[in-house]
Amino acid sequence: MAREVLLKIEGLRIEGRAGDAWTEIVKGIDLTLHKGEVLGLIGESGAGKSTVGLAAMGFARDGCRITGGSILFDGIDLRQAPEAERRALRGKRIAYVAQSAAASFNPSHKLIDQYCEAPVIHGVMPRDEAAHDAIDLYRRMQLPDPEGIGFRYPHQVSGGQLQRAMTAMAMACRPDLIIFDEPTTALDVTTQIEVLAAIRDIVRQFDTAAIYITHDLAVVAQAADRIKVLLRGDEVEEAPTRQMLEAPREDYTKSLWAVRSFARPEQPAPQAAPILSVQNVSAAYGKVPVLDDVSFDIHAGRTIAVVGESGSGKSTAARVITGLLPPKSGGVLFEGKPLPLALKGRTRDQLRQVQMIYQMADTALNPKLRLRELIGRPAQMYLGLQGKALETRIRDLLDLIELDPDTYIDRLPGELSGGQKQRIGIARALAAEPKIIICDEVTSALDQIVQEGILKLLTRLQDEFGLAYMFITHDLATVRAIADDVVVMQRGRVVEQGPKAEMFAPPHAPYTELLLSSVPEMDPDWLTRLLESRASASV
Amino acid sequence: MGFAASVIGGLAALFAIAAGLRAVARISLKGQARSLAHDIPLTAAFGLLVIAIYTFVAIAAPALAPFPERDIVGGQFQAWSAEHWLGTDRIGRDMLSRLIYGARNTVGIAFLTTALAFVVGTILGLYAALVGGWLDQALSRFVDALMAIPALIFSLLLLTIFGTSVLTLILVIAAVDATRVFRLARAVAQGIVVMDYIEAAKLRGEGSWFLIRREILPNATAPLVAEFGLRFCFVFLAISSLSFLGLGIQPPTADWGSMVKDNATLITFGDVTPLLPAGCIALLTVAVNFVVDWQLHRASGLKEQ
Amino acid sequence: MIATRIALGIGLLFIVSVVIFGATELLPGDLANELLGQSATPETLAALREQLGLNDPAPVRYWNWLTGALTGDFGVSMANGRPIADLIGARLGNTVFLALYAAALSVPISLILGVLAALWRNSIFDRAANAGALTAISFPEFFVAYILVLWLAQTGLFPSMVRINPTTTFGDRLYMTFLPALTLMLVVTAHMMRMTRAAIINLMASPYIEMARLKGMSPLRIVLRHALPNALAPIINVIALNLAYLITGVVVVEVVFVYPGLGQLMVDAVSNRDIAVVQAVALIFAAAYVALNLLADVLSTITNPRLMHRR
Repeated sequence: MAREVLLKIEGLRIEGRAGDAWTEIVKGIDLTLHKGEVLGLIGESGAGKSTVGLAAMGFARDGCRITGGSILFDGIDLRQAPEAERRALRGKRIAYVAQSAAASFNPSHKLIDQYCEAPVIHGVMPRDEAAHDAIDLYRRMQLPDPEGIGFRYPHQVSGGQLQRAMTAMAMACRPDLIIFDEPTTALDVTTQIEVLAAIRDIVRQFDTAAIYITHDLAVVAQAADRIKVLLRGDEVEEAPTRQMLEAPREDYTKSLWAVRSFARPEQPAPQAAPILSVQNVSAAYGKVPVLDDVSFDIHAGRTIAVVGESGSGKSTAARVITGLLPPKSGGVLFEGKPLPLALKGRTRDQLRQVQMIYQMADTALNPKLRLRELIGRPAQMYLGLQGKALETRIRDLLDLIELDPDTYIDRLPGELSGGQKQRIGIARALAAEPKIIICDEVTSALDQIVQEGILKLLTRLQDEFGLAYMFITHDLATVRAIADDVVVMQRGRVVEQGPKAEMFAPPHAPYTELLLSSVPEMDPDWLTRLLESRASASV
Repeated sequence: MGFAASVIGGLAALFAIAAGLRAVARISLKGQARSLAHDIPLTAAFGLLVIAIYTFVAIAAPALAPFPERDIVGGQFQAWSAEHWLGTDRIGRDMLSRLIYGARNTVGIAFLTTALAFVVGTILGLYAALVGGWLDQALSRFVDALMAIPALIFSLLLLTIFGTSVLTLILVIAAVDATRVFRLARAVAQGIVVMDYIEAAKLRGEGSWFLIRREILPNATAPLVAEFGLRFCFVFLAISSLSFLGLGIQPPTADWGSMVKDNATLITFGDVTPLLPAGCIALLTVAVNFVVDWQLHRASGLKEQ
Repeated sequence: MIATRIALGIGLLFIVSVVIFGATELLPGDLANELLGQSATPETLAALREQLGLNDPAPVRYWNWLTGALTGDFGVSMANGRPIADLIGARLGNTVFLALYAAALSVPISLILGVLAALWRNSIFDRAANAGALTAISFPEFFVAYILVLWLAQTGLFPSMVRINPTTTFGDRLYMTFLPALTLMLVVTAHMMRMTRAAIINLMASPYIEMARLKGMSPLRIVLRHALPNALAPIINVIALNLAYLITGVVVVEVVFVYPGLGQLMVDAVSNRDIAVVQAVALIFAAAYVALNLLADVLSTITNPRLMHRR
């Protein structure tokens, strides 16, 4: 039942400026969208998906220019049309929902004033009618207190609610097309579900066509009728959602799917005593309590995953272990002996035993130091290596992380890719020859394929050196892949903990259940099923 | 109007020389220096050339000046002539020679003062940001209180109390400007100390000196270099203003600010000679500002990548 | 919220007064020593100390000085024995007049130039305005002043010296003080324009400005409705900072044009090492400076919903 074509993009080319030179970032994309249809646009960072989304509104960001192709929206050529005509379409017939609602709402105006702006200026309806309509849409978006929430300023509303308010705002003129630009990426999983469900429902209710841009396949599978995969400004393939998920044609697409299948083999239950125990730790930033009676053990050769949403205290637990935040009560035992609580009280050898790898390799490596010094410093400091021995050690470490020493030893971090930088972070931790490495969201800033490489490397090193990992993450797919033990945290408390097999099998603690069930699955019917089962459970 | 034309002509010639030198640099240099030469805008090249000329004049002043700095060598207010190219001043000293020595005295003192303010302000600022806690709070609140008094007013107050000698001038201006440097260095360092690589170094057990030297300073150089240039301009203008007011560098030392003051009467007769030292001040400040602007632009451009 | 800011401002002013008063305590000997110098005999020293009240402990002297200053009594000049309040009197009004005159000229001009330069970023206009501003802030004030004298006073258009008295009419005042005001304006406008431009450019890069464009709003509406409310706070700060800068600039300009204001009084007092006068004038300048910054702080708080409407 092919409906009327709404948007037809042909041979779209867009260039972006880097310094003084222009480089092509979108290299001839075709795209067709029918009325009421939802197209998922997926790709990794740098694929050009946001740029294409904005081009569908006839818009190019500063520093970008559309250089070729045509953009036909309902018969109007957006490239040729005068700016006034494009402006009349934007917000009225084509609307946009941005990734960060917190930054995209004007901090100086109330939500409802921002809602009413487009319908009033575009002459769709008068102000009081628009305000009335806003409350109705807020209700449909399942915002709490729909009558009152519009009279708040953006900073007074939470991120998930703002994202829904922004979707409502996009709906204000009942547009034919909405561009959703990573609308749930910045949200926690449990919030993501609510926003995703609300978006899907409202788009269906008003029969609005949409382009849904994301890097998360499982998310787009819930909302889209068709999926188009982009890679570095080129189209890889396009197919209806089910077909794309079940039988991807291209190798690149298959590799995107394959990541989730990597798993570390099950480890036998630990025999020896734990090398590190966190015992009844409570901690606070100033007067704000962040950890409440937290206990768990770390065993040699095993990976303990600490899972929770933002604000759950999982990173704070790491700060207590490393001594950056001395706890208010409780303590940390290393090989049965208490560790001094504060960093300053610890000996060099105690510091050496626990190393850390960070989420953002960009900020974790001093951009002005060469790899030689970045990796060499811990070896020099802890193990007293000098001269030739140090050089050999640095080269061995580079070999271990699969980077060619001759090519890389004198490079600066800025000359490496994201995945390579993260590998340097790993080498720096290894250089200290520690027993425990704390990995703080080490893969979440990376593209999926790169993630897999890092996880495989970490697993190999763990087997080789018998390392213990404490893996802080919000990503349950990663937990499934590599964890042996799991600790679930919420609001500073441990909700549940145990071996992975137990944790992923029912019965769960209620929060664990919510967390587990909120992780999108690669199945177009998953969200529908989940919402049905939650609805029937609450009856 | 002939004078204005020759000033414009002189500046144009300087720009042309700067453009020429840049072209030569682009061809002959290699590696990083070459990419710098490609990157540099004409204004900044002009700025560097002017700074180089001033530096040369300051160093070679005794060799360049036709007459001694402090000797009376002619009548009062003599006009421009073959013997005294720029005439003589209020008591008959050679204007050109004093202008040349002024490069040494005025610029030298301003440079020394800036360096002093900079070393003190930077070290304290970086340290305060790194250590945090009560020391940081105490230093910052103290600096806030001092900065609540306008710089020139505070300098005047201190000069009244300690008297007007070159040494007190340097110390007073350095103290006043060190507060401004402190605030900037602290702000820059605060942006750096929240980085994970600083936390990583702390966890490794590095001491404060290592953190400042190897981790913070290399990442703070770009804004600090720009700040040094800006600060020099402020100090240079402040010292010139004080000298102009008769409260800075004192005669018989040749100094551009006081030379304007001494000979200001000529201006009412339409003579531009007293404005030459002021022009020297302005030209150097413009030159430094051009270079600083380029550096700031480079620093912000690097950040965008 | 605003009350705490005002309280903080008053506290700061108090600290500033302590610094200004306390600075004299840094003297190697004491004031009497300084004043009498070589000619000091134990008897004259004692008499002078008694006369200046130097025998009281410092906190008592500070208290007397501060309470006096608050009621307009700054004591007597050490150079000529006249009451400082009389010396300041008319001069304060003259200086305020000059500063307001310069502000009235420079604020509108620099805001307009700054906003235009930001909107036409990287255009010829922007580059020219930037180069011009950079040059203007590089010129010492007395250079700008003398160039104007050479150019506008030599031709007889405007007077190069300002002779005003209480009977001068407002129109005459505006005419007579045009050159000093113009000098100040040139210097301050450059600073203010550059800062306004930076603030606006910073603002126009925000995601909510892009959102407004994607809602199909016209450029004018984007500037007026979306950028301006958020630009108020930075612009208020820019203006306050530069009005505060005028306070300093006024000193040099008053000397060049022989303008009977506080700046010239202060310079004369510094030359004579008349500490009591310097302290009094410094306190007035510093108070104006603190008050301006406080006003800016309060105004930008009021215009910021994030501070006015808590969660």
